Amino acid sequence: MKVLVPVKRVIDYNVKARVKADQTGVDLANVKMSMNPFDEIAVEEAVRLKDGKDHHAAGTVTEIVVVSIGVQQAQETIRTALAMGADRGILIQSDADLEPLAVAKLLKAVVEEEKPDLVLMGKQSIDGDNNAVGQMLAALLDWPQATFASKIQIGDGKATVTREIDGGLQTIASQLPAVVTVDLRLNTPRYASLPNIMKAKKKEIAMKTVADYGVDIAPRLSVLKVTAPPVRSAGIKVADAAELVSKLKTAGAI
Amino acid sequence: MAVLVIADHDGVNLRDTTNKTVTAAAKLGEVDILVVGQGAKAVADAAAAIAGVRKVLLAESAELAKTLAEAVEAVVVPLAAGYDAVLAPATMDGKNYMPRIAARLDVAPISDIIEVVSADTFVRPIYAGNALETVQSSDGKKVITVRPTAFDAAGTGGSAAIETIAGADAARTDFIGEELVKSDRPELGAAKIIVSGGRAMGSAEEFHAIMDPLADKLGAAVGASRAAVDAGYAPNDYQVGQTGKVVAPGLYIAIGISGAIQHLAGMKDSKVIVAINKDADAPIFQVADYGIVGDYKTVVPELMTALG
Repeated sequence: MKVLVPVKRVIDYNVKARVKADQTGVDLANVKMSMNPFDEIAVEEAVRLKDGKDHHAAGTVTEIVVVSIGVQQAQETIRTALAMGADRGILIQSDADLEPLAVAKLLKAVVEEEKPDLVLMGKQSIDGDNNAVGQMLAALLDWPQATFASKIQIGDGKATVTREIDGGLQTIASQLPAVVTVDLRLNTPRYASLPNIMKAKKKEIAMKTVADYGVDIAPRLSVLKVTAPPVRSAGIKVADAAELVSKLKTAGAI
Repeated sequence: MAVLVIADHDGVNLRDTTNKTVTAAAKLGEVDILVVGQGAKAVADAAAAIAGVRKVLLAESAELAKTLAEAVEAVVVPLAAGYDAVLAPATMDGKNYMPRIAARLDVAPISDIIEVVSADTFVRPIYAGNALETVQSSDGKKVITVRPTAFDAAGTGGSAAIETIAGADAARTDFIGEELVKSDRPELGAAKIIVSGGRAMGSAEEFHAIMDPLADKLGAAVGASRAAVDAGYAPNDYQVGQTGKVVAPGLYIAIGISGAIQHLAGMKDSKVIVAINKDADAPIFQVADYGIVGDYKTVVPELMTALG
């Protein structure tokens, strides 16, 4: 079966985002960008499915296609996924900052073209923090969804997924084709080896534009401003536990 | 304007997150509450008692018992025609079904709002809480998840009518089972005091040996950093942070937690933050109101003694 893995180029997770002085957004000039950490987990799981690693049966997945929507440099993100073991890539180039609804519509068009049996993707991107595209894609395709996966088993035409929920874990079985979004605990993504990075350079990336898909990407939300959160006033260091307890009592915290 | 709030509950008890979502919803218009579940009459009764609620809709079916997204969508989408906005708390459940509902309605969802500026304008955190975005929606209908810690809980004393509506099933996803973490302590999201432990604990035994007695003494919930959860010291459900739970208790005590960006995203709105860490340069001290530089192995027992 074929798996489609959408990946996003985002600010590196170790970088503290800084708001621009004119309040139009976050300053991304000269900031280190990387693959969204949840997407790395999705790529890793797809590769494990293909390799028959962990509890996965070998041959479950025969082809992994990665897709990214964004600026030209998102090619690097696709290359990283190819170096991890994906087979080929698709870049839908757009300089606009697309909303989850537009992204979901574009991904739907890609799904209709590629006809994957499974879409495996991150539960949220660490820039927009929306946690929406996977669920929206499932709705637009009228496919079942299994979100926040910490374990995935594919078999009998189903994805059996253990999900992280408030209060513990839940296991559900969704009929394929389905959209599965992955959580942190699913796996530990591999580092691409140098030979695999070299090999990835030979793999194909199809270059597309938003216009190729005839999808309406008009924004529904306008960002009026982006501001820095209130700064906490500086605290104090106390000498010992007794002093701490007395301060907390004075502050009414205990 | 008419606003529909989807209730958050465990089948028996209405969660406080619902009352908080009602507070946000009431800024938009008249509030109805939808309870989906099975055998959830008690939840509907509790929802009807929230002050200011116009009516409660109760939809019950086997598929709805586990709030599977496809089943919730099937109930909410037809109902949405009669409302200007649909809101749910940004819990794992709400995050699961709300974007699905939004896509069906062809509107842009607005995730995890912390402020209602006006009927079409909202504030939400982005970049792990390092920026706040004010967005104005041009969609006719709004689909919104609400960060519960950002709103006060609506009070009780109401007596709304309860109307039963049809449930729905969605046969393409089956519920197989669940493993819930049992705890007698307060729920993390609703606790007034949280004690949270990090990787420094070294083992699950040590984590519980240190954290549990302190939590019991303070009547606190126990949280953990991602590192502690990944290392298996605490269950996933304990994780506080960008990708775990967002909390804002009156007192948050971080023990052996360095204070990575992703952890701070989940707790920096706490009223009072205490950090206990042996590394004086740990980033957690930059947000802590009170800090003790020292080994938790000596500081926590001293703290137990000082608490009496």
